[in-house]
Amino acid sequence: MCGIVGLFYKNEGHQESLGRMFSPMLEEMTDRGPDSAGVAVYRNPVVNGIKMTLFCGNPDFDWDELCDCLRNRLEVKVEREPNDTHQLIFTDADAREAVDLVEAEFPDLQVMSVGNIIEIYKETGLPKDVITRFGIDGMSGSHAVGHTRMATESAVTTAGSHPFSTGPDLCLVHNGSLSNHNRLRDRLVRTAGAQFRTENDTEVAAAYITHRLQEGRDLHGALEDCIAGLDGFYTLVAGTADGFAVLRDPIACKPAVLAETPDYVAFGSEYRALATLPGIRDAKVWEPEPAHVYSWGLN
Amino acid sequence: MDGDGVNINVIDLAKSTLRETNTILQSVNGSAESAYFRVLNPAGAHAIACGLDSPAIVEIEGHAGYFCAGMNKSARVRVNGNAGQGVAENMMSGEIRVHGDVSQSAGATAHGGLLVIEGNAAARCGISLKGADIVVKGNVGHMSMFMAQAGRLVVLGDAGEALGDSLYEARIYVRGGVASLGADCEEKPMLGEHREELRKLLDRAGCEEISERDFRRYGSGRSLYNFKVENVAEY
Repeated sequence: MCGIVGLFYKNEGHQESLGRMFSPMLEEMTDRGPDSAGVAVYRNPVVNGIKMTLFCGNPDFDWDELCDCLRNRLEVKVEREPNDTHQLIFTDADAREAVDLVEAEFPDLQVMSVGNIIEIYKETGLPKDVITRFGIDGMSGSHAVGHTRMATESAVTTAGSHPFSTGPDLCLVHNGSLSNHNRLRDRLVRTAGAQFRTENDTEVAAAYITHRLQEGRDLHGALEDCIAGLDGFYTLVAGTADGFAVLRDPIACKPAVLAETPDYVAFGSEYRALATLPGIRDAKVWEPEPAHVYSWGLN
Repeated sequence: MDGDGVNINVIDLAKSTLRETNTILQSVNGSAESAYFRVLNPAGAHAIACGLDSPAIVEIEGHAGYFCAGMNKSARVRVNGNAGQGVAENMMSGEIRVHGDVSQSAGATAHGGLLVIEGNAAARCGISLKGADIVVKGNVGHMSMFMAQAGRLVVLGDAGEALGDSLYEARIYVRGGVASLGADCEEKPMLGEHREELRKLLDRAGCEEISERDFRRYGSGRSLYNFKVENVAEY
């Protein structure tokens, strides 16, 4: 099964409330995915440099050693901010160089996200517990995308949880399963130099979207390309630094509900995930059409 | 449907569990009396007002989740909002009216009664229909009436792709466009008897102002009913 939720503020007036509005949405989807949960939050943009979200399953991991390694090898500034099993790393290093170094020197670490504004937190366990341990409900920001997972193919691990991020400030969550992910993964490795960290089909879809963005498409266009490029069933919600988009497969196997007010766009696998949002009674609420891309950008 | 002069039972789903709510609604099952209930704050909960078996009147004040009013017998259920997938699935009799839109598989396998959707219905509306009548005032999504065996679907708007795929003896009336017909579904002539039954269905659904002459009729080509001997080599 799996549950997806997303909340995108169309203007800057309500950013302080993002986590407080978003967390009940994610928790309501516990029935659809009690194994693990993950959230991409777009907040606190960095002006100079990048931020990375890193995960390590080993509580004794020496994060200072990692920071020193980045400083010494790349001759850059590095700061870190712990959050449970995750760390935010702020640096003025080149994003690609920093990621390559982390992955080469610290194989126990996983790079959850890289960019100027995105942060990704994911863990195994009930969505409620994941929200609490990372303090998601207290976070402000412009938009958030979340996923509650009921694993059907790959193992219940932090790495196998959604959202997946394969490019700067991009995140993707997926309900469904893809049938052409092996062939597409090979093609992306061969022709686009894509790197994969898991066996998960959603990571392939995320890499496909990243590849289309690198080819010059915008988020809306990249998702339109998915209709021909992805085979299988899927409801996708994607986020970028300033965008939010939704796509369902042409058969519309997996559920989806959208709601829109002058202030926000909200997505839920089911309406009940949206029921606690302010103004929902007067919102435009509808089921997205199959094979039709819906997208929004920041005003 | 109104509660004038009737004892109104109000159930607030913000205060009662779904099980408590359905237990109250089902407590009059078997009665010949028309009890009247209002369900507040549905908040998209699943399986509201399922398994009713009395001429009760139930008004749900908000959006309902999956399988709302499933297996309904005799009761009249009104959703003053949208409903999720499988509304009125396996209905036996009675009337279910949704003020807004409904998700996929509305009226799936329903045997009898009337389902009225004031808005749009998503994919697979009336899938495997077994005798109920469905009137959709907006549009229906793709693969509606897939393998429907008996009953009628009336669509005032447009129908999506593969309408009536592998249809049996159910009948479909569409006023707007049809994106495409499914396998073995074909347009059939509107005869007097069809206009007559359509008129009755429109009146029952509250569409007195809609002319039955604006509709086209679709039904089974019956070419999938029997094995074709030229295909024997496939087996």
